[in-house]
Amino acid sequence: MNDAATRKLAISHLWVAFGAFIVACFMGEYQVLERSGFIQALNSPTVYFASVSTHGVLMAFVLTTFFIMGFGYYTAATSLKQPIWNPTLAWGGFWLALIGTVLAAIPLLSGKASVLYTFYLPIQAHVAFYIGATLLVIGSWIWCVIMLVMFNQWKKANPGQPVPLAMFATGANAMLWLWASAGVALEVLFQAIPLALGWIDTVDAGLARTLFAWTLHPIVYFWLIPAYTAFYVFVPKQAGGYLFSDEMARAAFIVLAVFALPIGFHHLYMDPEQEKGWKLLHGIGTFVVAIPTLVTGFTVIASLEIAGRLRGGKGIFGWIGALPWSNPMVLSVILSLLMLIFGGFGGIVNASYAMNAMIHNTAWVPGHFHLIFAGTTVIMYFAVAYYLWPLLVGKPLFSNSMALVQLWTWFIGMSIMTTPWHVLGLLGQPRRISSVVYNNLLTLSWQPYELMMIFGGLILLGSACLLIYNLAKTQLSPATEDFTQQVEYAEPIHAVTSLPEFLNDLSLWNKVIAVLMAISFGFPILQFFFMDTFESSGWGY
Amino acid sequence: MNTDALKSKYEKLWRDTCEKVHAIHVDPLERKWIAISLLVIALLVTIITIDALFHGINPPSKVETIDSASLHLNKEFAEENLGVQVDDKGNITIRMVAGRYSFFPKHIDVPAETKLTFRWVSMDVLHGVHIPMTNMSTMIVPGYVAEVTTTFPKPGEYPILCNEYCGLGHNHMWSNISVIAKEDWKSPLKTPATGDKQ
Repeated sequence: MNDAATRKLAISHLWVAFGAFIVACFMGEYQVLERSGFIQALNSPTVYFASVSTHGVLMAFVLTTFFIMGFGYYTAATSLKQPIWNPTLAWGGFWLALIGTVLAAIPLLSGKASVLYTFYLPIQAHVAFYIGATLLVIGSWIWCVIMLVMFNQWKKANPGQPVPLAMFATGANAMLWLWASAGVALEVLFQAIPLALGWIDTVDAGLARTLFAWTLHPIVYFWLIPAYTAFYVFVPKQAGGYLFSDEMARAAFIVLAVFALPIGFHHLYMDPEQEKGWKLLHGIGTFVVAIPTLVTGFTVIASLEIAGRLRGGKGIFGWIGALPWSNPMVLSVILSLLMLIFGGFGGIVNASYAMNAMIHNTAWVPGHFHLIFAGTTVIMYFAVAYYLWPLLVGKPLFSNSMALVQLWTWFIGMSIMTTPWHVLGLLGQPRRISSVVYNNLLTLSWQPYELMMIFGGLILLGSACLLIYNLAKTQLSPATEDFTQQVEYAEPIHAVTSLPEFLNDLSLWNKVIAVLMAISFGFPILQFFFMDTFESSGWGY
Repeated sequence: MNTDALKSKYEKLWRDTCEKVHAIHVDPLERKWIAISLLVIALLVTIITIDALFHGINPPSKVETIDSASLHLNKEFAEENLGVQVDDKGNITIRMVAGRYSFFPKHIDVPAETKLTFRWVSMDVLHGVHIPMTNMSTMIVPGYVAEVTTTFPKPGEYPILCNEYCGLGHNHMWSNISVIAKEDWKSPLKTPATGDKQ
């Protein structure tokens, strides 16, 4: 159902997402400049850490959450061909999340919440920051409820029918996010807010880190699932072919949603408050969650090959040249997969238990997550924006060639920025420093890499501006009456007529998650209540 | 209770599940790819697990609590006990305190190619410590003792860097460590700390 109400709901969410994105891009370029120390006048830890905190919150919480909500509303309505359930509630969620964002932005921008987006208790921010973040999350929970209600209503109305793949993926993501956000919600509600309000005097920093680790891994899959959804449901059609396997796509989404959750301790490998056995268990789970990504890579590339051959591509590699490289969605998926290969390799290093000691909290880590999040994931957000904007505003895209330039420059800029970032990490540079003041020979070797990062960041900033310009021009251009394009979902090469219930429903997997979470987080959280622990009072920064 | 009935019920359930799984259409090529993926993942997991269980290669994970607010009253981390100490058996323990914005003591000498046990505590907020080019890395969480055992293969001057955001002065939180060739290193003349709490 591509009705005007759904379109308005979707585009409102997407504009907030990309509005946050462009602001955060300017901050990112400022940060890389400030951090290099090449311009003395910029040097200010106060401004730098306020900026890093805001950049992180805008990119990781605001861009993602609003994009996912807008994308989810549109794909749910169009793939199920029914209007949004309870649009008033959906708008309520939108405004709640937006008010939360503004409420958090005030202390962030005024330097009253320079605690980075990962909070770092017992360092303490202004209470408005925590309350704002909470409202943003509650807004996203409303979205989750609406998605799951629509999922189940459709299933009831269409017994035995496979849930459309786009909706299945969105439903899995809603379930994933409800589970994932519970950890940080517990930390904020029982530790951060009471501490900031003075209701409690001390918090256990070990417990706070454990609860945040609960959220910290699945949240990246919450961000990634819309990108994978676009891989499966839009890309094959845009490339001119078919989806290689609908069943494997569902299996991949299930394994992603289930195994993304009980593995957060790979963020705590270097922490003293958890035993090594638990870390090893979570470490093994971390490797398991690589499998759906490997399956996704195969299915997507196979779908592209079908398209390339249908378009007349011959030979082992000929089909690659035959792909429609001038289609933004197709170009995006190619660049996204390239960045996924390198980012995935880095991820395996991070995941590798004791090997992580070499790169833990070094510049390698932001290098890795910029490549895999700002690269692999966000480039698909762009692809979706270029595809949906014309459908949402009923006008053709302002400039296709500008979109192609934007995607290529994003890829090139991200490669130029993240490669030296990884190298800096191997050379021992810590992440989260505002300038290099260490009086040691080693730090001299860092300078050329800093210069490269500034250059990469500039390309990225230019690319981001092109995106916003193109989307705004699309919306503001005069209406054309002959625009009739409709959203098109990819057809699988083998039509799916019936599915076993475990590939068509989430309730079984919800129970599996409950068991896995109890196993992997039960004791590690309870231990804090049995052990003789010493809590910390709150600190400024 | 009739166990045979129960048995046949579960056998039927198992058969049904198997049937359902087999009914899923998976392309033979994709089946091969999944098998390869599983093998690669299994190989990596096996290597890590064997290293952890049989070679003792683990991240720092000794769950030991300490009151970060009263380190000054704690015998083990009293000022005179900080730094490098050697016990009767020749084991070297290095006790360090992290606090905004420094590591105490500011400079230490340690021998190369020798097993060293570092014990790090925070006196305020969250810190992290990394000696670049080595695997001496750990988070220092207030309320917990972070213990790392490692060996430095190469002599040289290394920085000790705080690698976790701990406040606006975080960049300034660093100190130095001299790794000295084993034969040139002299054991400090200090009485070993007992490790008693308060």
